[in-house]
Amino acid sequence: MDHISPVLWQFLQKWLTHFALFPPEASKIAPEMDALYFFMALVSLVGLVIVVLLIVSFSILYSKKRHPKAVQIEGSTILEATWTIIPLGLFLIMFVWGALLYFRIYTPPANAMNIYVVGKQWMWKAEHPGGQHEINALHVPVGRPIQLTLISQDVFHSFSIPAFRVKREAIPGRYTTVWFEATTPGTYHLFCTQYCGTNHSQMIGDVVVMTPDDFKKWLEGSTSGNSLAQDGERLFTSLSCSSCHNTRPDARGPSLANVYDSRLTLSTGETITADDAYLRQAILNPSQHITQGYAPIMPTYQGQVSEEGVIALVEYIKNLDSDYRVQQTLNTTDLVPESPAGKAATPGKAPAAQKEVKP
Amino acid sequence: MSAATIVSLPDQSTARIPKMNFLTKENGLLSWLLTGDHKRIATLYLISITFFFFIGGSLAGLIRLELLTPQTSLMAADTYNKVFTMHGVIMVFLFLVPSVPATIGNFVIPMMVGAKDLALPKVNLLSWYLYIIAGFMVIYTMAAGGVDTGWTFTSPLSTHYLNTHVISTGLAIFVAGFSSIFTGLNFIVTIHKMRCPGMTWFRLPLFVWANYAASILMVLGTPVLAITLVLVVLERTVHIGVFDPAYGGDPILFQHLFWFYSHPAVYIMILPGMGVISEVISTFSRKRVFGYTAVAFSSVAIAVFGFFVWAHHMFIMGISNYAALVFSLLTMLVAVPSAIKIFNWAFTLYKGSITFETPMLYAFGFMGLFTIGGMTGVFLGSTGTDIHLTETYFIVAHFHFVMVGGMLMAFLSGIHFWWPKWTGRMYPEKISQFAAVVTFIGFNFTFFPQFILGTLGMPRRYAAYPPEFQALNVFSTAGATILGVGYLLPVLYLTWSLKYGAIAGNNPWQATGLEWQTQSPPLTENFLETPIMDHEAYDYEWLEQQQQKEVASVG
Repeated sequence: MDHISPVLWQFLQKWLTHFALFPPEASKIAPEMDALYFFMALVSLVGLVIVVLLIVSFSILYSKKRHPKAVQIEGSTILEATWTIIPLGLFLIMFVWGALLYFRIYTPPANAMNIYVVGKQWMWKAEHPGGQHEINALHVPVGRPIQLTLISQDVFHSFSIPAFRVKREAIPGRYTTVWFEATTPGTYHLFCTQYCGTNHSQMIGDVVVMTPDDFKKWLEGSTSGNSLAQDGERLFTSLSCSSCHNTRPDARGPSLANVYDSRLTLSTGETITADDAYLRQAILNPSQHITQGYAPIMPTYQGQVSEEGVIALVEYIKNLDSDYRVQQTLNTTDLVPESPAGKAATPGKAPAAQKEVKP
Repeated sequence: MSAATIVSLPDQSTARIPKMNFLTKENGLLSWLLTGDHKRIATLYLISITFFFFIGGSLAGLIRLELLTPQTSLMAADTYNKVFTMHGVIMVFLFLVPSVPATIGNFVIPMMVGAKDLALPKVNLLSWYLYIIAGFMVIYTMAAGGVDTGWTFTSPLSTHYLNTHVISTGLAIFVAGFSSIFTGLNFIVTIHKMRCPGMTWFRLPLFVWANYAASILMVLGTPVLAITLVLVVLERTVHIGVFDPAYGGDPILFQHLFWFYSHPAVYIMILPGMGVISEVISTFSRKRVFGYTAVAFSSVAIAVFGFFVWAHHMFIMGISNYAALVFSLLTMLVAVPSAIKIFNWAFTLYKGSITFETPMLYAFGFMGLFTIGGMTGVFLGSTGTDIHLTETYFIVAHFHFVMVGGMLMAFLSGIHFWWPKWTGRMYPEKISQFAAVVTFIGFNFTFFPQFILGTLGMPRRYAAYPPEFQALNVFSTAGATILGVGYLLPVLYLTWSLKYGAIAGNNPWQATGLEWQTQSPPLTENFLETPIMDHEAYDYEWLEQQQQKEVASVG
């Protein structure tokens, strides 16, 4: 082997030991998608073999040497119908099979644990409900459906985990979702697959799949002290959202308790479901999303809150099942006006409200 | 196999290139730059697209070199991004779109329909000038520092986040778009209005049908691209807020508009190539194309369905699940006419009398590679598998199989096929057969590993990648080297043949098309007198009778 250059030798060695040919199957959907993949590969192979066989055998049988005079044939309706209908049938099978998978991958189950993911040039930021933040990494437990709600802060990105066979575009200005259920603990690639500028190829990370126990430990070890909803609550107060959305009878904004997933009638007469996307829009573009009966006075928060901030707010509102906490924060803000300056700002109103709050 | 050839050349000791032909009629640079002759304009196109092909090809070489190692070792990520963007822009808009139609189509379509020229010769020349302006703008962009949007110009990256030369590139493509709109328009008018007496629609060679279908796509699709690019420019300069969500725009709208052109554009690129294959397969198996009507209508079907499948580029982009369903179904339907064509060509060989000259070898290569390219397209058209495979090297491999394995093979097949008509001289057969085989091998070596890379999940447009993907990338780069040789050879021997090739005579292939019934190279007016079409297309018996008549009258 001494006549092989060391560089080549090293390469060959590396190649023989690290030669990936097929990605690991680490999610519930992966084997199912691979079944369709191999079915298609088989059909393609058979199709290719047929075409090659036809070309080769006709080339041999009817070469000019063997078959000096061509026989003119117009065509054959039966043959042509055959190679119209058989491919069509096969394509339709692939279509239905593929669509079934597609609907599963993009329809998260109701009990899925939601993790928010924000894409930005050039990193992935994951926000766990417990307040764990991760950059270019995603820790998930096995055996539990995980829903990802994705959004981009700037350009298109695409969140791809080949080992799970899932991928979803992270789009500026709207939420997209995807879900998976990991089956095998391990570390897998996480890629941005939509070209997003200079460091597109650095926008990669690891998906770490852990046993439920390890995951629990990880959650405990990586908490930032506040849950995502608590972060949201803090923002809710600091952005003075509670000065209008405060549940008082004379409140200028509607109460947000249990608003998530409810049917709302807008000032335009339209009824919509208040989902994540609606809540986000209502924060950033409020004039287009006024609940019936309220004046269009809410200012836009576009540019004042980052996508992570909006996510925290959305998460907070999602978990708001009573007005109790809002009132609590109201109480704490109302403690401030005890100082003379604050009193002047909200003359008379706040103390009155305070009395109403708790019977 | 040497005896088994249909090539019949005139006696080389007495044969001469006709003194009067379109190449010699006028001399001087101006006579070329101001010409209205479709054959001269086709020649100008041939030279210019070959030039851009080699620029685009060198960029491809740089991409493959960079990907030899997992790190960014040859160039910085920004440079890499510019290189693949320019490769895409040049290859798509300055090579593939005009390759067969503006070059071969321009040269043979008027002759095939028995006309003196295209319907609008000056517009034809204008097309070429627009193409050249676009070409200069692209070269300017490269010289000024390049652009790194990717050829897909995804907004808001292209509109708000990059400060490279997006505007000059966008405008270049805008101009190139008009070049192809005018070419398409010219073909449509010519095919409708300039057919010679007796040339009914169903006597047209299938090459004309394929170009007609592609022309309709050019005329209807390209304006949408033009609009999109203007919107990108306006978004960049005056922030009109059509695509930017911060101004109430919708970036998905950009995707819809862009792919509304760019998917049909795939058919603009491949349909004329399919036309070439029909001509070549028929000629070298001495048989009428099996199921002429089916092949003709499959072109039209591709053109029609081709307009309604664009959102299959957006399955993972948050379009509604039901929209994805509809577009997936339509994508499956558009795959069927391509399957029909492949089988019809294969059965054209049945009971033929086949010879294996270079154009035929390229055509066989086309059929094999296009079958793979087409079938892998179904992987991507099926919504479920698309989720995993899209935006990876699988898609890169897929469209290179269709565009390079398919279209470029077809282009080379056509160039070799019509070369004797174009120049009056034969190309050297042995070395060109060798080049065809080298291209085929090099191609598979380059692009087949990319299917595996894509299945593994390697994203496209990555300057650096995880080390376990290296082995396959090394294969791919090695293959690209072979492929490069395969593309350089024809340039060398075709240039050589301009002076030293054997005199071809009128009809070296014994082909039936009207273009073969006139001298090579043709007169500026194509025919001495307006031909009358009194037989079906690909009627080899008619050709034989014709030749016997000639022998009888001379003898």
